Amino acid sequence: MLRYIYGHDLHIFPKLRDAMFRDRADQFKTRLGWDVSVDDTGAERDSYDELNPLYVIWEEPDGSHGGSMRFLPTTGRVMVNDHFGQLTGGVRIKSPRIWECTRFCLARGAGAHVAAALMLGGGEIMENFDIDHFVGVFDARMVRIYRMIGSSPDVLGSQGQGRDRISVGLWQFDPTAKATVAQRAGVSAQLSRQWFDRSFCTSHAQNLVRTG
Amino acid sequence: MTLTAQVIALLERLEQSDSLEVLQVVIEELCTNFAIDHMIYHWVDSAGDQYGCGTYSAAWRDRYVEQNYLRIDPVVIGCYQRFHPVEWKRLDWSSKAARAFQAEAIAYGVGNQGFTVPIRGPNGQFALFTVSHSCDDATWGIFTETHRRTLILIAHAFNQKALEFEPGRRPEQARGLSPREVDSMTLLAMGYSRAQVAETLSISEHTLRVYIESARFKLGAMNTTHAVARAMSRGLIVV
Repeated sequence: MLRYIYGHDLHIFPKLRDAMFRDRADQFKTRLGWDVSVDDTGAERDSYDELNPLYVIWEEPDGSHGGSMRFLPTTGRVMVNDHFGQLTGGVRIKSPRIWECTRFCLARGAGAHVAAALMLGGGEIMENFDIDHFVGVFDARMVRIYRMIGSSPDVLGSQGQGRDRISVGLWQFDPTAKATVAQRAGVSAQLSRQWFDRSFCTSHAQNLVRTG
Repeated sequence: MTLTAQVIALLERLEQSDSLEVLQVVIEELCTNFAIDHMIYHWVDSAGDQYGCGTYSAAWRDRYVEQNYLRIDPVVIGCYQRFHPVEWKRLDWSSKAARAFQAEAIAYGVGNQGFTVPIRGPNGQFALFTVSHSCDDATWGIFTETHRRTLILIAHAFNQKALEFEPGRRPEQARGLSPREVDSMTLLAMGYSRAQVAETLSISEHTLRVYIESARFKLGAMNTTHAVARAMSRGLIVV
């Protein structure tokens, strides 16, 4: 299932949290060779994780981490404006209607349906929070995955060559693409909405988790 | 005048004033335009100082400060940890303190319904923009559904204005547009269609939309036409 969890609430899901940061290390450091920092516990975190971002996480039926991504509003500090200004035509992208999506991560062996489910989660955010665009940083390998799930970004700019090629891209909400993505994820639009509401209709469920 | 035109006219009054007091005048009029009980803007700057303006009664404000309700107010607690707009009824009112607080707020005329836009600004700046009202769930649902997008833009327009009063802030930091944004706004002001602008700048229309949206936000404008007018009146573009 999809969970939408603010950084502040990650402690309620310790197993999922730890697996997410470990899988990020595995993807970005081990497999892609990005210059990211991994701590003694094998977790990859950066300074944006400290800004209480919103994580969208695919939880496998056995409770493990299948994939995840991270959102921050571009009105505050975000990676594209801090580090990739040269790829956005010098424009500091800022708007309450544009969120940044980073650290799109898939656990080793995760099926294509996980990537699609995460994109579906992105669609829920756009639809329900009046977000018109996502801006994100991604590597060459993801280009193929985005295409496969029918959600290719518009590339603003790129740097590097081959596998090391890093791009800044834009996504916008497309209701027709949503149906395709939902189908690839194997999740009905209704169920996806239910997961979204469960995450944001907070209080009672979370209180039970806290006390239980 | 349509509501959007009224909002734009009021935001222009904000734009033309360099006193903090105008925020109060404008928020009172906006509240009347939207025909709701209350509208509040509450801002914590990067030095941790708090400011606010809005329509709550003086009695409630004093009570709130005196009781230090910041500690238990589920709206403040909930919004500080989030950045999506929040319906009050979705917040956690389950504790005894929160329920007592809510009952008291209603007694002071705050209303039983509320919708708050949390704002994350530069350098950890944080603000809240709230509308509240007394009505049933269905009526409120229709109100927020209808006005949500506009309220989010107003919230940020207020915040952009408030940021200009940040101590030590240079005006050009708040108001600058990048060359790409200037080009986009200039061509729009010259009457080019989006497709023509995109073609002229050799960018996709989607990329152009993001540049325009980014410029609209920085200019504190309600829509593209308003943003172009502001860019011109601020002398950022010349046509």
